[in-house]
Amino acid sequence: MIRDLKGIYIIWLRDIKRFFRDKPRLISGIARPSLYLFILGSGLSSAFGMFGGREGDWYIDFIYPGILGMIVLFTSLFSSFSIVWDREFGFLKEILVAPISRTSIAVGKALSGSTLSLFQGIIMLFFAPLLRIQLNFFMIIKICLLILLTSFALTSLGILIASRMKSMQGFQMIMNFLVMPMFFLSGAMFPLKDLPKWLEYLVSINPLSYSIDAIRYVMLEDKTFLVNPLYMNILVISIFAVVMISAAILVFNLTD
Amino acid sequence: MSVIISVEKLTKKFKNLIAVNQISFEVNEGEIFGFLGPNGAGKTTTINMICTLLSPTSGKAVLNGHDVTKERNQVRQCIGLVFQDPSLDVWLTAKENLEFHAMIYNIKSKTAKKRIDQILEIVELKDRKNDLVLSFSGGMKRRLEIARGLIHYPKVLFLDEPTLGLDPQTRNRVWEYIRNLQERENTTIFLTTHYMDEAENCDRISIIDMGKIIAIDTPENLKKKVMGDIITVETTNNKNLSKEIENKYGKSVFLYDNKIQFEVDDSERFIPQFIRESKEDILSISARKPTLDDVFLSLTGRKIRDESANSMGRMRTHIKMRRGHR
Ligand SMILES: Nc1ncnc2c1ncn2[C@@H]1O[C@H](COP(=O)(O)OP(=O)(O)OP(=O)(O)O)[C@@H](O)[C@H]1O
Ligand SMILES: [Mg+2]
Repeated sequence: MIRDLKGIYIIWLRDIKRFFRDKPRLISGIARPSLYLFILGSGLSSAFGMFGGREGDWYIDFIYPGILGMIVLFTSLFSSFSIVWDREFGFLKEILVAPISRTSIAVGKALSGSTLSLFQGIIMLFFAPLLRIQLNFFMIIKICLLILLTSFALTSLGILIASRMKSMQGFQMIMNFLVMPMFFLSGAMFPLKDLPKWLEYLVSINPLSYSIDAIRYVMLEDKTFLVNPLYMNILVISIFAVVMISAAILVFNLTD
Repeated sequence: MSVIISVEKLTKKFKNLIAVNQISFEVNEGEIFGFLGPNGAGKTTTINMICTLLSPTSGKAVLNGHDVTKERNQVRQCIGLVFQDPSLDVWLTAKENLEFHAMIYNIKSKTAKKRIDQILEIVELKDRKNDLVLSFSGGMKRRLEIARGLIHYPKVLFLDEPTLGLDPQTRNRVWEYIRNLQERENTTIFLTTHYMDEAENCDRISIIDMGKIIAIDTPENLKKKVMGDIITVETTNNKNLSKEIENKYGKSVFLYDNKIQFEVDDSERFIPQFIRESKEDILSISARKPTLDDVFLSLTGRKIRDESANSMGRMRTHIKMRRGHR
């Protein structure tokens, strides 16, 4: 048990070290949230302002948690790229042949991905005051916990896919195929009201819609956009997280 | 002597290619066991199966009493591995790569520090220890890779072509360290190579070709399989002379490099008679004691490439000298 915890820590530590060492990745990790927020946010809100005749401000309120969710989605899913990378460059063998359990490898990877997502999420939160979104300390804590839970679940999904992928290109392709629909059908960009039945179904099986719903509610303290009760959102994400990490652990244990 | 690895009818198929074909052998505790064979013989595939990195298609392997497919965690506790292919994290420094390894193999940090310093000295990377591996040359990476495999003291150490691409001095030091480890900790060393001279450092050698083991024995006994001395002749007409040798002396000959090679019992008496009676013009003739290369040649009819016989030869003398001092 102690060995497992130590194993998790070793795997986690290395990923974090690498992230902060890889300068381009670090910079793009910081720049991307800001870029998305300003381009998407300002562009779309003025468009909404024009069409709706209303102030575009409500849209900033609406899209800010959405973009936060998007950052978490991207960072989490793509953090498992490190597994494909390690396989390509041989380091995975060093890890797989070592006397640490496969379980601790999978959990360590899931935690390092979550940590990086949280890091990016926190950078995003720095922009909140600029957008006249008021956050107090408890809201920030709650949001961070939601981000951690969500990114743990999504990173586990990423690990599940990455552990089966032999090539970098294959991984990229599958991820892009997965990320876009997950993002657009999550309620990040537009309110999920009056959708066709089949779309509604897709939204309901998308874990990200529950996260964004929850984060938005916590952040805005306003039920206008809320789709599900908060406890239900948290429950669904938690179940998803447990299923995903279990699957990831299982697949990792079966890997040669 | 107790058996530490026992392999029984181990087989690996990749789609329709049989990389390892029903091999069986045993390795004794504390010995240096060598796998010798040409490229693609199945050496790495066999190691990967014993090290739990690849599941066998069929057959069985047991290491230190643990089945490699059923008790993978226990097997991993007992082994160390230097891979043939690169397996470093280039975004970590040399020292961090070693520290990662020490941590993952559960070595106390004080012991780890001592061993890391010592091994960095041996592979001459001490002054580069804080540089990213990204900035290392190929040979430096290889040295670090070996260093990493040597900082925890496993029961069985697998070295897959360990000294490939190393300069002779480093090879000497690395071999010296390995010998030392083997003697002090009674470590079993399992190494693969296609250098004949490196193979001659082993206690026992298994010659493997096209997925099958074709001989296992001590280097001395293997060399005895080749009867006497090796004669190499060069003439203006190799074809005719080959026929002549085959018909008159009843020897089977190998042709390569435009030279004829064959075995005789007693070269000193054979050569004068041979030159006298030969119908072809002889350009050159030489006799020598058999090497493992000749064993391979006589078993398979082919040669293993042997690029750096000279540097390895120096290394061997060096080690023999050291052993003699004890
Ligand atoms: N993952 C794989 N998929 C398909 N074929 C493979 C795979 N790994 C090895 N092989 C094949 O199995 C055979 C044995 O390969 P192996 O790597 O064991 O050879 P080797 O003896 O280590 O050779 P070398 O001296 O070049 O390292 C080769 O024909 C190789 O092409
Ligand atoms: Mg090999």
